[in-house]
Amino acid sequence: MKRFDLIIVGAGPSGLSAAIEAAKRGLEVVVFDENDKPGGQLFKQIHKFFGSKEHKAKVRGFKIGQDLLKEADEAGVKVVLNATVCGMYQDKEITVRYNDAIHHYKGDAIIIATGASENMVTFPGWTLPGVIGAGAAQTMMNLHGVKPGNKILMLGSGNVGLVVSFQLLQCGCEVVGLVDAAPRVGGYGVHAAKVARTGVPFYLSHTIVKAEGEDHVTGVTIAEVDSGFNFIPGTEKHFDVDTICLAVGLSPMSQLLKMAGCQMEDNPKRGGQVPICDECGRTSIPGVFVAGDVSGIEEASSAMIEGRMAGIAAAEYLGYMEKSELDENLASLNEALDGLRLGMFAPKNRGKMIEATEEGIPISTNLLKKGYVADDEIERFPGVVRKAGIHPVIECTQNIPCNPCQDACPKKCIKIGANITTLPAVDETAECVGCGMCVASCSGQAIFLVDETYEEGYASITMPYEFLPLPQAGDKGIALGRDGQKVCDAEVIGVKSSPAFDKTHLLTMKVPSEYVMKARFFKRV
Amino acid sequence: MGTRIEEHPILGKQEKGRMVKFFYDGKELTGYEGEPIAAALKAAGVMAHRYTKKDHKPRGIFCAIGRCTDCVMVVNGKPNVRTCVTPLEEGMQVQTQYGVSDKPFEEQ
Repeated sequence: MKRFDLIIVGAGPSGLSAAIEAAKRGLEVVVFDENDKPGGQLFKQIHKFFGSKEHKAKVRGFKIGQDLLKEADEAGVKVVLNATVCGMYQDKEITVRYNDAIHHYKGDAIIIATGASENMVTFPGWTLPGVIGAGAAQTMMNLHGVKPGNKILMLGSGNVGLVVSFQLLQCGCEVVGLVDAAPRVGGYGVHAAKVARTGVPFYLSHTIVKAEGEDHVTGVTIAEVDSGFNFIPGTEKHFDVDTICLAVGLSPMSQLLKMAGCQMEDNPKRGGQVPICDECGRTSIPGVFVAGDVSGIEEASSAMIEGRMAGIAAAEYLGYMEKSELDENLASLNEALDGLRLGMFAPKNRGKMIEATEEGIPISTNLLKKGYVADDEIERFPGVVRKAGIHPVIECTQNIPCNPCQDACPKKCIKIGANITTLPAVDETAECVGCGMCVASCSGQAIFLVDETYEEGYASITMPYEFLPLPQAGDKGIALGRDGQKVCDAEVIGVKSSPAFDKTHLLTMKVPSEYVMKARFFKRV
Repeated sequence: MGTRIEEHPILGKQEKGRMVKFFYDGKELTGYEGEPIAAALKAAGVMAHRYTKKDHKPRGIFCAIGRCTDCVMVVNGKPNVRTCVTPLEEGMQVQTQYGVSDKPFEEQ
């Protein structure tokens, strides 16, 4: 049996962060991970993250993964891959399976950072090849470069369902619809809006009746459900699809903790069976810590902070650090974590119906039901202004902890203020120069540059564009509204690309002036 | 049904190394060395990886991360190999799994 100061299970964002902090304090650390590459799910995340500058906002997930691996490498963290921890016993002993054999290890401290697994729902035909998890779709397209299917139906409107739908569109798949049994979109409105404006219909209060096909999926039938989640007869809708993607939530993978005898609780706000733990991840067993999704489903950003907290808490537990130093370190990490847990989607608000923003503005009901803000709702939000000349229109309508747009503008046109969840407002006295930095910096792709007086009778609209093939100036097509339906004819008048935009291209189209507040996407015809 | 993504708007052109031959139920297919067997099969349009022992129902890729075991096949004669996490090697014999055998049920 081998001994380590600290054994960490899981080399995802939280496990690696914990390992970095502990190794920096001189602990002998080993990280076990069952996968053949470290980084957990970060390398499948190709969208820009939300948050503040300190939280690496507007950096794409896989880049955050690369930075984390580099930091772990520099700290001398040892990661053992293809190694599945299959048991955790008394006195912090674990069994690890690698090379087709079971190996015994003992840690003076252990951090469990196993993350979460995807939930599933069953319906007739759910076992057919072609019914896949949303995570599987991400793995196939973003890691292995293979399209998960051609025509796809997505079940689940949480952030995973929304983000993966967009990623499917980006790799050239057709998403025929986004379905959720809940009456409201579960994820961020901006994620929904960027999917809806491309023309993907949302079916809330709907779920799958059956998957069709003999040897693999050839179609799917959905139907509306009532408030008791019973199908309403006569509301069935059929789609020809080859793939059905399930994004119906995540559950903490807390089995090792339960096995070791940690006190557990069933906490729906944290995603299911979770260990009872304090703010830095101490469980009921001294020396056993947790970090990341295993102790409650959240984002990778918070998992990385939790990992750092558990890492230093383990260092203090083993005497590598004074209590006073620990408290000092924890205070700043706690502050960062609190910053991420603000706003309408904070863990404490899970399941709550929020009717107005922090500013007192009624939430767009259309956004929650159909995935986009209706034309008659959009102008009540502080980022949406009308004035002569070029200016940003910020369609950010829910309080989420995110503020890169404020720093992106060199002319200080965008105001959020000290409170990170405040809706961005446009300062009408500041002069926009049309640089587009705000458009590219918005992780929610919710900022547009609008020039209502571009030329006689025409307005220009600049939007973030992350699809291929990239349109070019002179291309003619149609402008789609927020609902993904045709608004008018449109012509591309420019496409700007820059390393500073990080693969978000800025597409500018020209539309008749009367459509300036309606047209939000360009489609080639 | 699945096809390779030639160029991705965010990830660019994927560098995947050497193309190798392997055998799927005796038929010659190609895939990139080191990618999961399941990725190579998906790119070739293969959907059903195995048929269940009791009901003879098809199963294919489901979780793609080695957790669910739906995608197991007989690889180089060894059954129950998770194709989504097993790297492809040149000349590999990959066979549809019927129950736990590579023989169709009527031949078992």
